[in-house]
Amino acid sequence: MKKSWWKILSFVLILYSVIWGFLGDVPRLPILNETIRNLYFHVAMWFAMLGMMTASLVYSIKYLKSSSSAHDLAARIFAETGLVFATLGLLTGMVWANFTWGAPWTNDPKLNGTAITMLVYFAYLILRGSLDDPEKRGRLSGVYNIFAYVLMIVFIGILPRLTDSLHPGNGGNPGFNSYDMDSRLRMVFYPAVLGWILFGFWVTRLRLRLNALRTKPVDELFENLQ
Amino acid sequence: MKPVLTLIRKDLTLEFRRKYALFSMLLYIVATVYISYLVFNRIEDIKTWNALFWIILVFGSIQTAGRSFVQESAYRFTFYFHYIRPQWLILSKVLYNGMLLTLVGFLTWMLFGLLIGNPVKSPGMFSLTLLLAGFGFSGVLTLVGAIAAKTDQNATLMAILSIPILLPLLLTLIQTSRMCLTGQSWGDASSFLLVLGMLNVLISTLGYLLFPYIWRD
Repeated sequence: MKKSWWKILSFVLILYSVIWGFLGDVPRLPILNETIRNLYFHVAMWFAMLGMMTASLVYSIKYLKSSSSAHDLAARIFAETGLVFATLGLLTGMVWANFTWGAPWTNDPKLNGTAITMLVYFAYLILRGSLDDPEKRGRLSGVYNIFAYVLMIVFIGILPRLTDSLHPGNGGNPGFNSYDMDSRLRMVFYPAVLGWILFGFWVTRLRLRLNALRTKPVDELFENLQ
Repeated sequence: MKPVLTLIRKDLTLEFRRKYALFSMLLYIVATVYISYLVFNRIEDIKTWNALFWIILVFGSIQTAGRSFVQESAYRFTFYFHYIRPQWLILSKVLYNGMLLTLVGFLTWMLFGLLIGNPVKSPGMFSLTLLLAGFGFSGVLTLVGAIAAKTDQNATLMAILSIPILLPLLLTLIQTSRMCLTGQSWGDASSFLLVLGMLNVLISTLGYLLFPYIWRD
């Protein structure tokens, strides 16, 4: 019980964001109307994805320093969880965009950033697949992970500021940038982000443990042989 | 700094001794530009010119820079490993490839001017863009080339790994280049040129820090 407080917290926060996200009061804005509630689900997915990718980056750096295979495995699984969140974020965004913009996909810097992020992490997984030697795989994919992450952050951070975006809060669109994000929205949005990030860590931990169980017979065999 | 210069001179000497690599690169540009010429004849539309120019340049660059680690023989790597700091090697490769890719950029521009037309309104700014493009591409492609050279499927992986991380640089370049084509003033383009410069610095720093880990075998 002592160790699982954060899992319970994650469950409670997500439950709260789902219930209060639909029942709570939201600002009435033109164009957005009730779809503003997608903030709690769609945007929270992106924050969770960024959290997972950052965790993956941290483990890649750790691997380059320690060369322990556990760090390399964690880097991979965090990246995979991040990709699941990216897919969910894309789907929730496309449903929303279809209602608000009239098309599921537009040439928007934020959408391009997402597409590229996903391409980068798929490339990362392909690179891992093409290397057989575990030590070499960890090292090369770790370098690629760090390089790609920094460029991706620059891409999502800088480029949307150079061009206009259709997203709420950009280019004169009604929405929730730092000035008019309502306190009612914040009360659900921040817990939702935290809840989903914790949920991501939980899923990743479960997958890491599953992986350890799967490779256990091989590890034992290896130890017996030595 | 001296070993870096020596390494660059070595790459230059090798390039001139084995001219086929240089000529294959040249032939690639001429062939692709000529195909575009056959399809389009003269291009008046700025958007099409811009897209075609950068697509040809990106794939040409991937071809050119991708072989920089593959063409070194295994014996030479052993030699480097014992005598040279890895940072010197990456620095020399990035500088050498940067010069080569800038040259490729200017050659492509010249060929475009000859066959397809040259709508560039501010040549000075476009030259600076090409220079920043050459060294930026070189920074990314040299590091990714070093990773890809350690795998079995070098050519395929080179494209898969480098295109997504080239995109931030490429999209900024295309925007800057559009400004050169429409003849915007330096003041309007300055923020884009600044971002390009910053990306260049960032890429080189990352390459410098990360390359020793690829190198250690």
